[in-house]
Order: sequence, then C-alpha cells, then structure tokens
Amino acid sequence: MAAPVLAVSQLQKRYGSQDALAGVDLEVEAGQLVGLLGPNGAGKSTLTKIACGLVRPSAGRVEILGRPAGSVEARAALGYLAELFRFPGWLTAAELLRFHQRLVGSEGGQAERQHLLDLVELGDAAGKRIEAMSKGMQQRLGIAQALVGSPRLLLLDEPTSALDPVGRRIVRELLEEMRRRGVSVLLNSHLLSEVELICDHVAIIARGRLVKAGTPQELAGPTAVVVETGSGVKTFEGAVRDDAPAIVAELVAGGERVYGVEVRHSSLEDVYLEAVGGETG
Amino acid sequence: MNGTALRSAATVVALSIQEGIRRRVFLAVLVLTLAFLALYGLGAHFAFRDVDEFAAGEPKILDPHAFTGATIFGLAMFATLFLGAVLAVFLTLGVVRGDAESGLLQPIVVRPIGRTTMLLARFAGAALLSAAYVVAVYLASWAITEATGHWSPDHLLGPALGLALGVAIIAALSLLASTVLSVTAQGIVVFMVFGAGLTAGLLAQIGHAINSDSLHTIGRVASWALPFEGLYAAGLHGLISGTSGLTGVVLQLGPFGGSEAAGPELIGWAFLYLIGVLALAAFVFSRRDL
Repeated sequence: MAAPVLAVSQLQKRYGSQDALAGVDLEVEAGQLVGLLGPNGAGKSTLTKIACGLVRPSAGRVEILGRPAGSVEARAALGYLAELFRFPGWLTAAELLRFHQRLVGSEGGQAERQHLLDLVELGDAAGKRIEAMSKGMQQRLGIAQALVGSPRLLLLDEPTSALDPVGRRIVRELLEEMRRRGVSVLLNSHLLSEVELICDHVAIIARGRLVKAGTPQELAGPTAVVVETGSGVKTFEGAVRDDAPAIVAELVAGGERVYGVEVRHSSLEDVYLEAVGGETG
Repeated sequence: MNGTALRSAATVVALSIQEGIRRRVFLAVLVLTLAFLALYGLGAHFAFRDVDEFAAGEPKILDPHAFTGATIFGLAMFATLFLGAVLAVFLTLGVVRGDAESGLLQPIVVRPIGRTTMLLARFAGAALLSAAYVVAVYLASWAITEATGHWSPDHLLGPALGLALGVAIIAALSLLASTVLSVTAQGIVVFMVFGAGLTAGLLAQIGHAINSDSLHTIGRVASWALPFEGLYAAGLHGLISGTSGLTGVVLQLGPFGGSEAAGPELIGWAFLYLIGVLALAAFVFSRRDL
C-alpha cells in the first residue's frame, strides 16, 4: 500500500507553556481534498506550517510521500500558499511564476506560466505588476504560484479569504480540477459551506486537538422529517427527503390534516459548532 | 552545494539585483556616489593647490604634498567604507525576520532551495555588490587624487581588498542581526557596531600617539572583535607604509593614519570570522519558526 501523501502522527507544538497542537493525527491520501476546520488559534496554520518545514514540531512526525516534512524531497513535492503572504510588488505575475519555476527546477517555461495564469483566470494579467493588483488577484496569483512545478500536495491556508464570490467559485473549480488530476489538497478555511461543497474529508481542530473527522456526509449526521399536523408536530427520525411524500400520504390516509413538512439534517455548521463548543479565537 | 542549489542561489541573487535596478536603488547610489566623487575632486584640487602655494619656498621638514595626499585619500577611504557599509546594511535589511513578518520569505523557503542556501545567496548578492562598489569608489578616488595632486598611495590594491573584505563582514553581521531583530533594530544595531568599531580604531590611534598601552590594547582587541575595523586601519597603514621620516610618523599619528599593517593573522582571522558569523546566522535561521 502506498504511503499517504501527507501523514501527520501525534503532532505536538508548544509555544512556551501554550499547546498549539497537542497530539494530532491526520492523513491525506492521493487525490483527496481534505478540509481543515477550526476556530482562530486552534492550530490549523501551525499544522500546515510544520508540514511545509516553516515551523519545527515539539513532538510527533509529519511526512510527505514518506519523507520527513522540511526535507528537500518533501519541499519539492508540495505547493504552499500562506494565509499572510506578500510577493515582491515590483515583479509582474509572469516574472513571479518564472522565479518560482527556477526555484523548483520546473522546465515548463512560458506554456506552464500561461496555463497556471489561465487556471486562476489571470491570463490577461501576465504583464501586470503585483503592486497594481487587487488583493483578490494577488490571492489567485498565490494559488498559481503554489501550483508551479506540478506539486503532489497543495497546502492552502485560507486561500479564499480575500476573494469575492466569483473568485471563490474560480478557486473551487480549480480545486476540483486538481482533485481530478490526482493532486492532494489540505485546505484550511473558515468557509464551512465551501468546505462542505468540495472536500472529500473534513477534520475539525479545536484547542490543538482533532475533535472530529470524516466525510461531510458522515459528519452531517442523521436527518429527520418533521410534519405539522392537526394533532400536533410529528417527527420521523432517520427519514430523508425522499421519504417525505410517503410519510405525508400515510398521515393523510390515516385522517390527519397536514399543514406543513420540513426535512431536517444537521449541517456541517451544526457539527462544527458542536465540536468546537462555540469557541472562537 | 549541488547544481540545483547553486541554480536556486543564483536565482535569488539575480532577484536581489533585479530589485535594486527596478526600484532604482542602484541609480540613486550611482548619482550620490558621483556627487561624492565630484565633491572629493573639488576638495582634492583646492587642497593640493593651497598646500603647494603655502609651502612654496619653505624649508621641508615635512613633505606637505604627501601629507595632503595621504590625508585626503585617507578621508576618501573612510567615506568609501561608510558608503559601502550603508549599502551592505540596506541590501541585507530585513532579510530574515523582516521578510518573515511581512510574508515575503515563506513562499521562497518552502521551495527546495532551503534556508541555508537562501541565506548564503542573499549574503553573496549583498557582499559582492558592496565589495565591488567600495573597490570602484576607492579606485575612482585614487584616480582623482592622482589627477589633481599627482599623489598615489604606497600600496594601491591591498587597502582596496581590505575594504572589500570589511564590507563583506559588515554584510554578514547585518544578516546575523536580521535573523533575530526587527528591521529597525537591525539597522540601528549594525550601525552602532560599525560606529563602535571605528571609535575603537581611533582610540587605538590615540593610544599609539600618546604611547598609552591600555588604549592601544583596547583598540587592538576591538580590531580583532570587529575585523572590518582592523582591515580598514591596516588599509590606512598601507597607504603610507613606504613614507619615511617625519612625514610618515605624523601621518601615522593622524586620524587617517594606520599604525599597524594587515598581517596574515588579521586576514586569516577576518576570513574565519566571516565564515563563523555566516555559520551562526545559518544556525539561528535554521532553528527559527517562520
């Protein structure tokens, strides 16, 4: 069995007496898109930075394709966009990508640069200076920069924080395209709806610990159909949307008058709020 | 360092140079340097003319022409070291902590280039540019001195190489400071160290002049603790090392005179010091969370 693209094992990070991470386990398989959720200060960015080799762990292991995080081989396999980043404003978009091509030893040349800029819908901005770009454009350029050299693993820390709805859609489609190409993605985000829409797997971190993990469907939990009848509200636990017509028909056949029907399920937001206990950073 | 690391290092050096050109840093440095050289040329012209007129017909117990040449060229050498130090510090300003705090560093160091190569590349860029700069300004000052007063130092190339090594050491110290200090603190600390080194050198000169062993020892210790000062002082000595008689003695005692030559010990120590400072900077950088 192939090693996971990203394997995090009993990861700990202490800053003084403060535990930023207190024993986190996480795996990202090839082609998997994993959403990392948690309140501010939960340890999401710290985990990502340890995977990139930017921060040294206090204990535990992080491996990328079986190589220790921070090693040359591990760094060659990843693309990273930090939550807080800045590129030299005097460079143009194409020059920035060329600089990163040289750093990773990519021989994609002009074709790769144009392809990446097209992917983030900056194809017309190749010659534009970064300092003249909006924050949203810079964030999309940051994603293109992370994709230079066709990395096997993408680590994206709040990649849509500065984007408008159109920009978010572009990034969502881009991530789906990456999944189709077999690229693994670890996505830190506060946008639960976005994570719910595109991620195969979700991990929720709070106070440096992994408190919940699974597919969005697994996490969403049981559903119910609630019917308002003449004799009161009746709840059918476990029933799904497709069960609603039959439930209503049965009630009507039994002589009940039906005034309203509601299909309920716990959203990722409900699960998240329950998992983090309403904590915010 | 393998081929990939060398290519990455060259890429980072090229980016630094490109930034200097795009941001018109080099243009500003060139304009100000030309202004300095013009001012120096004017000063040298009038200094030689007035001294030659003043000393004409007087009995010569001191060679006024050599005295003037060595003094103004020593002043030019001091200005060259100062300008080179400014350039070295500004080319290394915020390289680690400053760039990490602004988010510029992280996208680069997560690439296979790694931290040590990145740091050495930034040093190489700053040191090579600063060293080339001081050698160029030094030689231009010499050409002006020769043209205006027909005076040349006793040793031309040695002091220039000493200045080049001196600014490389300042660039390394500045890089080390950048691994732990914020941009403002880095600039302040490196310039204070630079000033302290030069002050210690002057103390050594005074100690030599008044025959004070204590002051002379302080100056010597400072020269070894901050070898850019020792190299500069040795460079000043090289300008007049062949000047004999009262002129040589008086020049050695002056503010732009050097009492000690750069022996192989000082040069060897300066290289060891440079390597040690860079190794320490790389070690601190490698342990730093970004």
